[in-house]
Amino acid sequence: MATTLNIETLAKEEALEIFTQMLLIRRFEEEAERLYRRGLVRGFLHTYIGEEAIAVGAIPNLRDDDYVIGHYRDHGHALARGVDPKAAMAELCGKATGCSGGKGGSMHLFDAEKHFMGGHAIVGGQLPLAIGIALGVKLKKLDSVVMCFFGDGAVNEGEFHEAMNMASLWKLPVVFMLENNLYGMGTDVNRSRAGGASIYGAAEPYMIPAVQIDGMDVMAVKETVSEGIAKVREGTGPVFIESMAYRFHGHSMADPSNYRDNEEVQENRSRDPIDKFREDCLEAGKIEPQDLELAAEKVDLIVQEAREFAEQSPEPAPEELYTHIYADPEGN
Amino acid sequence: MAEMLLREAVSKALSEALDEDNRCFLMGEDIGAYGGAYAVTRGFLEKYGEERVRDTPISESVFVGAGVGSAMIGMRPIVEVMTINFTLVAMDQIINHAAKLSYMSNGQLTVPLIIRTVTGGGGQLAATHSQSFENWYASVPGLRVVVPATPYDALGMFRASRKDNNPVIFAEHALLYRVRGEVPEEYYEVPLGKARIARPGNDVTLVAYSGMVRVAEEAAAKLEEDNISSEVIDLRCLSPLDLDTVIESVKKTNRVAVVEETWKTGGFSGTIASDIQEAAFDDLDGPVVRINGPDVPAPYARNIEQLMIPNSDWVVKSVKYNFGL
Ligand SMILES: Cc1ncc(C[n+]2csc(CCOP(=O)(O)OP(=O)(O)O)c2C)c(N)n1
Ligand SMILES: [Mg+2]
Repeated sequence: MATTLNIETLAKEEALEIFTQMLLIRRFEEEAERLYRRGLVRGFLHTYIGEEAIAVGAIPNLRDDDYVIGHYRDHGHALARGVDPKAAMAELCGKATGCSGGKGGSMHLFDAEKHFMGGHAIVGGQLPLAIGIALGVKLKKLDSVVMCFFGDGAVNEGEFHEAMNMASLWKLPVVFMLENNLYGMGTDVNRSRAGGASIYGAAEPYMIPAVQIDGMDVMAVKETVSEGIAKVREGTGPVFIESMAYRFHGHSMADPSNYRDNEEVQENRSRDPIDKFREDCLEAGKIEPQDLELAAEKVDLIVQEAREFAEQSPEPAPEELYTHIYADPEGN
Repeated sequence: MAEMLLREAVSKALSEALDEDNRCFLMGEDIGAYGGAYAVTRGFLEKYGEERVRDTPISESVFVGAGVGSAMIGMRPIVEVMTINFTLVAMDQIINHAAKLSYMSNGQLTVPLIIRTVTGGGGQLAATHSQSFENWYASVPGLRVVVPATPYDALGMFRASRKDNNPVIFAEHALLYRVRGEVPEEYYEVPLGKARIARPGNDVTLVAYSGMVRVAEEAAAKLEEDNISSEVIDLRCLSPLDLDTVIESVKKTNRVAVVEETWKTGGFSGTIASDIQEAAFDDLDGPVVRINGPDVPAPYARNIEQLMIPNSDWVVKSVKYNFGL
């Protein structure tokens, strides 16, 4: 998987931006885990730790008028799309100031203004929605694209196959972003999928161009996805990108993680996408160590502010229980 | 005043939508080249083209979901699911997605989607093709459930559904498509959540919706022969539900029976019965009577199929027996 887009070709600011975004997601989620242990975040909390290079390599290639939709492991997608970390952290804490008003929680972040169309927590359920958004785009004669994230577990759902067929049949502007972290909860992909751990071949029967990349290499993601977006924007139909990755922590905070051995986890952790990018940048003389320190300080401050904002924000008022069930007042 | 079939009233409603609103489009199985399994969209493909009259693969999840997704960004899709039995395959999109997005996004997203589907039994299509699930959908907050019984209401409530910004299950009873009724030339709407007194009366209230309205009306005519005056209420919508009209009637008649096609266990008649006794217990001269189909899968053979669908003789007998009339 050779990349022509390498560190050398990046402007310094761009390299710093990539580093900062990945680190922001990492630190944001580490803080979220602390808040979970303190009892401020409840419910299911699924972290993206180890997979940051996918969201950061992919989402910033989009235009503001493009759309992002994905699954419940959504903090990385939301932050990379520019959702305010304060509003995201407040949502995790179930506060009225959260990006879903405290009604969605970690798995259901929404920011319609940013065209972040949600984290969706029914495995595979976001795929038909992505098809619909893309259809809407097409009927409106726009050239926006829809980037849809899903896991290796989702490809065994019927909704995935229906969505692939329709996207290809109707030549819809969808970038299918498969995040293959080798597990669906505790089930090794080799135990869930006929054909094994490599999945991108699933796109072939639907005549959708597909590639597999190293999802822990942010430059590889960036290059492949920006090419994919350009192709989709031409209006010739969807593309399918499988990013191989590994989640460093449990499926959710409730996961005892006894289905994979420590050696495997350590081996993958040694390929930490943020460390790798940092080292590559330093090696290429692209960024000075003090730049990275400054970026890290900036990130820490953003996360601290997000936490304070979330802690200090009010809970939803009791009457919020009854708002927005319907778009119109009852009986309209 | 023109007479038209319920099928024609729905067709008219759909043409209006396509003529008046370029955000509207139709999508479903065999609605285009075939003309619709119940011929509601016959001629539409030729008139409006395949961009706006979209034949889909047999993939209910994805085409219902595509309706939801396109509604999320401001389109006004009208999706046809061939029959309500097949909506089960798309239930994830309807219940987990369409009904939830406004709430979970705290009002940032809305889903102005109409899902048209065909409900009801009585056509000897047996167990998988004769069901009514409007009551299931009615129990889900976030959905509208519209169940017209006349051509007038089908057109009027479709117009209202188009103005509503919520996901609407618009259930058309298969055996009502050939029912004829008066439909004014001039524009009108029938608001969602306003029941209709189909026949005024004093001695007993018969509450019904969809295909059972005709059954209740027939029963009322038979009861009239025995000098029993029935008030027939057509609920028109299960969500929003107009309970006030029902309660008002019960306060007058002091007797009420709810007639419903689907199974008794879990039937919507149970909800209505419970609401009535909570709101008007002291006005009741007897128990709220529930007349539902028995809890059996629909059989194919005509004679036994007829035993599971409430009919007017059954309603008459039940009213006389339960109220000692
Ligand atoms: C339809 C459905 N079935 C089961 C679940 C429970 N569940 C939540 S996440 C998950 C695993 C999904 O794995 P994958 O798609 O690989 O995504 P990952 O969590 O690895 O990012 C399961 C089984 C669900 N939420 N929805
Ligand atoms: Mg996975």
